[in-house]
Amino acid sequence: MHEFDWSSIPNALPFLWDGMLISLEITGSAVLFGILWGTLLALMRLSSITPLSWFAAGYVNLFRAVPLVMVLLWFFLIVPHLLESLFGLSRNKDLRLFSAIVGFALFEAAYYSEIIRAGIQSVSKGQMAAASALGMTYAQSMRLVVLPQAFRNMVPLLLTQGIILFQDTSLVYVSALADFFGAAYKVGDRDGRLVELLLFAGAVYFVICFTASRIVRYYQNKLKTA
Amino acid sequence: MSYNWNWGVFLQPTSAGDDTYLGWMLSGFKVTIALSLSAWVIALAIGAVIGILRTVPSKRLSGFATAYVEVFRNIPLLVQLFLWYFVIPELLPEKWGNAFKQSNPLLQQFLASMLCLALFTSARVAEQVRSGINSLPPGQKNAGLAMGFTLPQTYRYVLLPMAVRLIVPPLTSEFLNIFKNSAVCSTIGLLELAAQGRQLVDYTAQPYESFIAVTLAYLLINVVVMFGMRWVEGHVRVPGYIGGK
Repeated sequence: MHEFDWSSIPNALPFLWDGMLISLEITGSAVLFGILWGTLLALMRLSSITPLSWFAAGYVNLFRAVPLVMVLLWFFLIVPHLLESLFGLSRNKDLRLFSAIVGFALFEAAYYSEIIRAGIQSVSKGQMAAASALGMTYAQSMRLVVLPQAFRNMVPLLLTQGIILFQDTSLVYVSALADFFGAAYKVGDRDGRLVELLLFAGAVYFVICFTASRIVRYYQNKLKTA
Repeated sequence: MSYNWNWGVFLQPTSAGDDTYLGWMLSGFKVTIALSLSAWVIALAIGAVIGILRTVPSKRLSGFATAYVEVFRNIPLLVQLFLWYFVIPELLPEKWGNAFKQSNPLLQQFLASMLCLALFTSARVAEQVRSGINSLPPGQKNAGLAMGFTLPQTYRYVLLPMAVRLIVPPLTSEFLNIFKNSAVCSTIGLLELAAQGRQLVDYTAQPYESFIAVTLAYLLINVVVMFGMRWVEGHVRVPGYIGGK
């Protein structure tokens, strides 16, 4: 049986905390940009301009068909390459965090746009008609009438997707970026204490995600009864 | 941008000389398919049991099933994979752990990946099974019990035959997910499709061709599964329900 030795964890806590900040930074930025770009995609998809709705449908279906690992590998490979040839940035510059955020944001936008599209469609048609009857343009009725109601109903789903995204950030491991999981793996590997560090990492993720999903559920129930 | 496109690279023999690069990709493709399908079968079996347990009246059984689902849903897939591959063999009784560690490394990677994907997906399947059973009107269960069926009989003859047909569409997306999630297994060195793609980049110095080919292979899997499942959905649709005939 394995003899546990947890002694390398206390000393590594500052390093692990730095890793956690990177994980949270990626999650936060990707949620923000993912929702913004996802909203645009959803509006394009629902728009009556055919090329726009085709583009959005193609984008969403493409990103939803490809594994996240592949998307991340694409971005670690291509973003540095592109920046180098477009802006003459040196290849030695560490762009991994930037590539990770861009990759996650573009990938998650496809999933967010599907949530947002369903949210917009769940707002009753009379709202749009009423807004038009008041003399609002399409853009005004979307922005002032439909979207605010749609987002209010979507908050739980968007947050749940955020929790999934937080779990998925561990995949930046493929670029050797020291996010929380990468940091835990490095410490475990260095001290020969992989078993303890991996169990610790699993426990931390569990506590965070479990608590967060409970809060979302509480909020969801409140929304339902309101 | 100066980049030399060279699609012919796939037909060149590898530097090891035993195969072409296309052959490497095909072998990765086969591993992805074998891994995903075997994990899917296990996930369906376990997921069905756990999903049913979540709906039974016994507090202890449904509590166990809830805990199972929460554990597998709240730990990232990558962390679960590393736990299966690096941690579980250390925690097993020494004899089993050693037997695992002394087996063929390819077998170790495949077994760890399969178990990981299967249990990870089973928690999601369980949620679909539960919501399928819960979406049936409560009168169905009551009617079954009133007819004198025992609870297991009510499940077997009344609830499950309906629930199974209702959950086929949501299961389609889980089925698609298991193929995509299998790419995570490249991190422990399993030479499936994504790992072969990275290896191709290293060996051929043609990153774009390699990644485009691998991405297309995933798209192909996606399209085939989607059409297959659409055919199944068409056959099991329940008349009178949303999307029914």
